[in-house]
Amino acid sequence: MSEVSVTVKVNGMACRHTVEARLTLADFLREWCGLTGTHLGCEHGVCGACTVLLDGEAVRACLVFAVQADGREVTTVEGLSEADGSLSTLQAAFRERHGLQCGFCTPGFIVSATALLRDNPQPTDQQIREGLSGNLCRCTGYQGILAAVRAAADAGS
Amino acid sequence: MTAPDSAAARYTGARVHRVEDARLLTGRGTFVDDIVRSRMAHACFVRSPLASARIVAIDACAALEMPGVQAVFTADDLNSGVHESWYSAMGKHVPDTPRPPLAEGFVRFVGDPVALVIAGDRYVAEDAVDAVEVEYDPLPAVADYATARDAQALVHEGYPANVAGGLGTTLPDALSAIFKDSAHHVSVTVHQQAYAAVPLETRGMVAEWSGDELTVWAATQSPHEVRAFLARLLGLAENRVRVIMRDTGGGFGQKVMPMREEMCIGLAAMKMRSAVKWIEDRRENLMTAGMSRHEHGETHFAFDADGAIRGAYIDHVQDIGAYPTPWPVGTAAAVGMLFPGPYRVPAAAFRTTSVFSNTSGRVAYRGPWQFESLAREVTLDIAARHMHMDPVELRQRNLLRRDELPYANPNGMPYSDVTPVETFEKALQMLDYDAFRREQAVAREQGRYLGVGMCNYIEPTASAMSFYGTEGATIRIEPSGTVNVYVAGGSTGNSLETAAVQLTADALGVNIADVRTIQGDTAVTPFGAGTGGSRSGSMIAGAVEETAAILRERIVAIAAEHLEAAPGDMELADSHARVKGSPTNAVPLTKIAEIAYFMPHKLPAGIPAGLEASARYQARSPVIWANASHVCTCEVDIVTGAVNLLRYIVSEDCGPMINPSVVEGQIAGGVVQGIGGVLFEHLPYDEDGNPLATTFMDYLLPTACDVPTIEYGHVETAAPGPGGFKGVGEGGAIGAPPAVVNAIADALAPLGVEVTRLPLTPAAIRGLIEAAR
Repeated sequence: MSEVSVTVKVNGMACRHTVEARLTLADFLREWCGLTGTHLGCEHGVCGACTVLLDGEAVRACLVFAVQADGREVTTVEGLSEADGSLSTLQAAFRERHGLQCGFCTPGFIVSATALLRDNPQPTDQQIREGLSGNLCRCTGYQGILAAVRAAADAGS
Repeated sequence: MTAPDSAAARYTGARVHRVEDARLLTGRGTFVDDIVRSRMAHACFVRSPLASARIVAIDACAALEMPGVQAVFTADDLNSGVHESWYSAMGKHVPDTPRPPLAEGFVRFVGDPVALVIAGDRYVAEDAVDAVEVEYDPLPAVADYATARDAQALVHEGYPANVAGGLGTTLPDALSAIFKDSAHHVSVTVHQQAYAAVPLETRGMVAEWSGDELTVWAATQSPHEVRAFLARLLGLAENRVRVIMRDTGGGFGQKVMPMREEMCIGLAAMKMRSAVKWIEDRRENLMTAGMSRHEHGETHFAFDADGAIRGAYIDHVQDIGAYPTPWPVGTAAAVGMLFPGPYRVPAAAFRTTSVFSNTSGRVAYRGPWQFESLAREVTLDIAARHMHMDPVELRQRNLLRRDELPYANPNGMPYSDVTPVETFEKALQMLDYDAFRREQAVAREQGRYLGVGMCNYIEPTASAMSFYGTEGATIRIEPSGTVNVYVAGGSTGNSLETAAVQLTADALGVNIADVRTIQGDTAVTPFGAGTGGSRSGSMIAGAVEETAAILRERIVAIAAEHLEAAPGDMELADSHARVKGSPTNAVPLTKIAEIAYFMPHKLPAGIPAGLEASARYQARSPVIWANASHVCTCEVDIVTGAVNLLRYIVSEDCGPMINPSVVEGQIAGGVVQGIGGVLFEHLPYDEDGNPLATTFMDYLLPTACDVPTIEYGHVETAAPGPGGFKGVGEGGAIGAPPAVVNAIADALAPLGVEVTRLPLTPAAIRGLIEAAR
């Protein structure tokens, strides 16, 4: 299997590894960078649990090869807390509004909602629903998630 | 001496922040796929592409020559390693159905595990799976359980007519006579499709045999069941097996009991020199982790001229697939026993039959008996239309009142401590039922189809049956005065860590920030049955209270001696022991712990050193009953068949709430699973037994765009257990399907549509409208 050298700036730190060309970005992050916050719920691009920011754009890390991220910047859920490690406004809103239960889909929601609020800081409720419709949650019925993103938007995160 | 109560509850009942959240929100949780062991190998299954076939030959030579491949196991290698195979939850003596680890001689559904590849890398393991050559001799498949009893082919030899078993009776003559004599006799056959738990985290396991001890990291709802099951399976002493789980990404019943794949990983680990990791992929999960809900029932209800129920009967048939987990015949009886629901039903009977098919095996899923509510409530609405009665009035006429409790339904279920009249009334008030009917009438004149649907159910929670009947807790107040509470755990999103911390803080009168909990490690936690049957709140509360009572007595004795006060005058609050009415006359828990551990000469006579205790709670009633009423409204677009849910109201009585946010979260999650089951989710098979939904592009889960805002109306009556708590985990998934079906049926009633078959996809709704024309 052909191997390639890949350098990705992950959460501000350069990660260089020689990996198989077929390695997904999700597996690169989880297994080679040790960042296990990015979760795999379907590995075919529907559930959104593996959502990360690639040069600022929310992408499914299961549908991107690590080589496609070569020379680019990735932000994972581990990179979205405040510098001192405390919760971001959005993360705190999830805790406040019971926006998570098992927590498996949560990193994908945090990343998607972070991008959503960055691009549209004052979304309508319907825009929040549509903006998060590419992320599946099986525990919460979305009630707490929608309330958390609304609260974070209202707080001007 | 009686231990004093702690001061009034401060945390129980409050919307306390979850202790699980900080790690889960920042990507620092520990799910099974996050476990890495030195030289860990990766497992991947070779699975049958056919629904029924004889295995002619398996050739693993090419796979074994691939670099990185360590082993390829078949049934010949693994199945002989099985010592015993039975679940603690069911006991040793149930007449279980077959459950071989790997397929032996025959494959019986698409996805049946045939061989297991072990390799140093997951990618290589998947390559090697493709290189294992299996020759099959195809056989006719029994794809549809509904006709399986008449099929020539058998799923398993030894089960004539493909029947695994049944319980109950054919329609008794006495009941038949009631149906004939009554003013109204309504009978329909309700069909529910196969759908499944579908946790966002698939199944998975890491198993490592040291030559002396087996350590297992599991995605499970019940670490102690996994330990006991694997110990028996492998012929190991229970104390040589340690099962660890920290975060599990949803279970909903699917992760209650280890299934065939987990058996294989345990067996394979014993043959390997390094840890073996298996992480199921989504296709495997949808194809092989089990299905639920696939069943139908012929219902009968008889009413007098005023709409009072005179009798009820259900003839229930369920699909159990090829390899159900656990034995499905006994659990199906609950459908019949609960069919009368929270209504005054003077006479009833049931029959249930479990039928094999060459499809994925039946497994537990949130409210496994929920068909009783679907069948009953759908029939009641059809009956109301038949009798030209309002469905609310029909239900109100028959709901059990509190002054009639305790009440044994005619199938032997002894209801108590429930409030069906009150929850129904509350839900209807929240909706403003009369206003909705007016709105509906106006909409109909405009050619819009609005509907309202409802469901009342009564639900057994916190069963005291054998394995489930006790729960232990250890509480360790450390020398510094901080507190750790150890319970079995098995939390899969249901916030058991937060609940244990809240309950312990109140039981000891300590600040919640001083309390932590250890769960999900069989090496250090007391035995407990884990998450299942809506039991955890009540049982953990009992275990914590039993244990805390021992420690309260010791804390007070030490403090009383220290303060030169009478023990009976002491109270515990704010991490202090203090003299009642004299808040400055207090000693902090830090000081008490210091005395207990480091100043044993200052201990009162008879008080042991240290502040650690263990105790077990034994359930005080065979079952704790909970009840709820669901009411929802919808608009159906008769051109596209699309359903828009407008309002969704749940009024429930789960007793006092430990944490209202957790209660509402459980309700909402269950409701949306039920909505998904009516509108979207389906695990269909073609006539050859090929599964047609094996990705999330085919198996549709509800998204954030599909769900209504859920409104809650709490009614609180205490149960006989500790704190009065009742179970709440499953009910949402029980009440939602009938409420949604009835709302759609109500919307389409002017068109003459009758709804008796799920799912109600847009195409299905269009079909119903066309058929009624």
